[in-house]
Amino acid sequence: MLQPLLQFTKKGIYCKPAGIYLDPWQPVNKALITHGHADHSRWGHKKYITHNDNVPIISHRLGEIDVSGVPYNDSFSINNVKFSFHPAGHIPGSSQIRVEHKGEVWVFTGDYKTEDDGISAVYEPVTCDTFITECTFGLPAFKWRDQQLVMDDINIWCAQNHIEKKTSVIFAYSLGKAQRVIKHLDTSQMKIYCHGAVYKMTEVLRQQIDFPPTHLITRETTKEELAGHIVIAPPGAHGSTWMRKMVPYVTASASGWMTFRGARRRKAIDKGFVLSDHCDWDGLLQSIEATGCENVITTHGYQDIFARFLKEEKGLNAISERTQYEGENSELETEEKNQIVETDPGTENNIAGQHTSSERSEENSSSNSNSGSTSSTAS
Amino acid sequence: MKQFAELIRTIDGTNKTNLKVAALTEYFKTACDEDKLWTIAILSHRRPKRPVNTTLMREWATQISGVPMWLFEESYHIVGDLAETIALILPTENESSDKSLSQIIKEIIALRPKDDLDKKAYLQRNWLQLNYYERFVFNKILTGGFRIGVSQKLMTRALANATGIDKDTLAHKLMGSWTGENTTFQELVYEDNEVAMRGKPYPFYLAYAIENEVSDLGDISQWSAEHKWDGIRSQTIIRGNEIFVWSRGEELVTDKYPEFQKFLDVLPDGTVIDGEILPFKNGEIMNFKDLQTRIGRKTVGKKLLHDVPVIIVAYDLLEWNGKDLRTLPFEERRAILDDLVLNLHKKEEAVTQEEKTPLLLSETMRFNSWEELATERDLAREKRSEGLMIKRKDSPYLVGRKKGDWWKWKTDPFSVDAVLTYAMRGHGRRANLFTDYTFGLWQNGELVTFAKAYSGLTDAEFRKVDAWIKKNTLERFGPVRSVTPHHVFEIAFEGIAPSKRHKSGVATRFPRIVRWRTDKPMEEANTLDDLKALIP
Repeated sequence: MLQPLLQFTKKGIYCKPAGIYLDPWQPVNKALITHGHADHSRWGHKKYITHNDNVPIISHRLGEIDVSGVPYNDSFSINNVKFSFHPAGHIPGSSQIRVEHKGEVWVFTGDYKTEDDGISAVYEPVTCDTFITECTFGLPAFKWRDQQLVMDDINIWCAQNHIEKKTSVIFAYSLGKAQRVIKHLDTSQMKIYCHGAVYKMTEVLRQQIDFPPTHLITRETTKEELAGHIVIAPPGAHGSTWMRKMVPYVTASASGWMTFRGARRRKAIDKGFVLSDHCDWDGLLQSIEATGCENVITTHGYQDIFARFLKEEKGLNAISERTQYEGENSELETEEKNQIVETDPGTENNIAGQHTSSERSEENSSSNSNSGSTSSTAS
Repeated sequence: MKQFAELIRTIDGTNKTNLKVAALTEYFKTACDEDKLWTIAILSHRRPKRPVNTTLMREWATQISGVPMWLFEESYHIVGDLAETIALILPTENESSDKSLSQIIKEIIALRPKDDLDKKAYLQRNWLQLNYYERFVFNKILTGGFRIGVSQKLMTRALANATGIDKDTLAHKLMGSWTGENTTFQELVYEDNEVAMRGKPYPFYLAYAIENEVSDLGDISQWSAEHKWDGIRSQTIIRGNEIFVWSRGEELVTDKYPEFQKFLDVLPDGTVIDGEILPFKNGEIMNFKDLQTRIGRKTVGKKLLHDVPVIIVAYDLLEWNGKDLRTLPFEERRAILDDLVLNLHKKEEAVTQEEKTPLLLSETMRFNSWEELATERDLAREKRSEGLMIKRKDSPYLVGRKKGDWWKWKTDPFSVDAVLTYAMRGHGRRANLFTDYTFGLWQNGELVTFAKAYSGLTDAEFRKVDAWIKKNTLERFGPVRSVTPHHVFEIAFEGIAPSKRHKSGVATRFPRIVRWRTDKPMEEANTLDDLKALIP
């Protein structure tokens, strides 16, 4: 039997004829990288190839790495395998990767969404035979409202807090979601303050995208200065002593997981805005149809349920594969989990032994201002 | 419906009690009387009867959503709430509806006798007219279990704010067997209607548990102690030549305990007794497990009456000769109660055990030191009590759970160290997190399931265990996962008895997690034999 063009191996998704990995989760020689989130661009590869816009992002996150950038839709060949990057719409610099060999075409989505968020290159369906798709929100319970409507809600909420002289603290993942929210905030009355991790990443992205002005919260920033304005912080900052500066504040989270009442309530957050950088149920189904594919491999998310649906209801040849992308954990919970590790190093090995050093170093750099001694977790 | 849905959304969207009370107060000031009545009814678990079973609701929801049934079920396991799952998977609404809450409820009541086709048409039409949150509330009214973090106490507080009526008076008025159909807001809240108040229980006074040293309560001569009996807390009312027996959950249970009809012959009109219903045979208190055979029954047969007879052990006298005694000091109330019961016993000295009125006193005890009291507490298990109640001698009978005058000091629970073997997703605020656990104990090198527990860890601990479970799943069975045996938890429970229904041969009462024993390897967890040794 012929070996599949892309295989799921211990180190990651592997293209054997080209000898190259796609978003590998263990250190390899050569890696094609879809986007800058920690679970997709890990530390320790010898050579990174990614989209041009992602180069400054992963350089910022991973430090000194050997990385080269390519534009969208330009193909290059390795050992007669043709590769090209195509917009995934997930976050700035995010791509799907198209792989063609002997007339057979595969597409790996990384993470993606179909809605235009105003900061990322808009998702384009790519025709293929086999489609490897994420399905973080692969349940019919997930239906997104238009970004404009959600942002209107966020702006109304901030304006109301402003009137009550309370600080609006919005928790959003420091790469992607934070900038998406910042881009569309109404700044006519309020200033945007940022946690260090969000601020630095936004500065990196300013080279590519226009954002309203943002202000870094430092030791010198006073309560009076922040009162009634907006603060953007990574989810890990929730409940930390760093928050004391914002008193009186109200908190909100912007994530697809806010669909569930339970998720919002257990996080003890005042307000949940359903805003996701992944496809909703309809988005996933439409994308799959647009590729014209016959075979689907579902990865991180509700992959077993989603594959069964595609097989039984859509007549596709669908299977699911395990990966080490943060399947059931949301982008939100990824950070949250790291936060727990950080505050309680004692039991780390018992429950979080699978954390790679890249995740850890990333989290340390992004939350130094939370607590003085985060480096204690690096074992 | 819009106003009510918005209220629920506000309450549901905050963890802050003050904001909840403010939203409810505003609602009680502005909504129409009929809607207010139904809001009180729903928030105090007086929903109209379920007009349609949930299996049909699922079916009809999937039909208009184009979602196969198995996928609906998978989604439900993950969302963790049926009303919410249906609201989420339905297609976006195509119209809007201006129906009021009371109108919707009247329709739901009228729907009950109709046939399935009518029910289906009604539900599907309304689903498509309601927005997401209205749908969710609509489904909640249909399916029941409206648990959204509003206690009766909190609602009463808001209603007191809105009406200016004292909250303890309101708490009393809201007790009893009224429904949204047989009263009006005016009548329930404003009128002093003797007939309506006749069968109403007083709000129960509930104690807090002793947290620190019992001797912190100070001078022991100020305190009275008695056993905390292990049955059903109840209030027995004799008024207008009728008897009403209420459980603490505000359920009228008169018909379940025909034994107490005898009280009508021996207790004067205008008597209200706070006491514990206990299974009692041949002069001895039986096991709580025996009482459980009677709890579930609406009517009881001769055999059950014979096998598990019940009595009331009286704690307190709330009304005497039609007069509310609740403001009197505990000692004075008890003096009247003691007289009453002792006289009765004297009169019945000559009659046989079966003929005696099933009423005993919960004996009050005085101790000279806290050490003496602690010694009595050590006897609790032997005496079939849960521990001690410690009441200030001059305390009035208050409304609800109040700190200061009454304390419960339970016996220390049993505990064992067990291994986590299965996990299931939680519900409500724990939906989508694995928080419901099954634990096993060792027997011949294998883990035998002995208990399920879903409380006792902090949110942060639950998240850690959840993350671990997701990475260490062995097999999936619908919502349940088996996990690699590894983690040890200390499990506490209140009671233990042999059981034929459990694989382990043992039933435990109220098992819960005390702590995560990260220090213990699973080999050192307890054995099933260790557990069986605890059976008294």
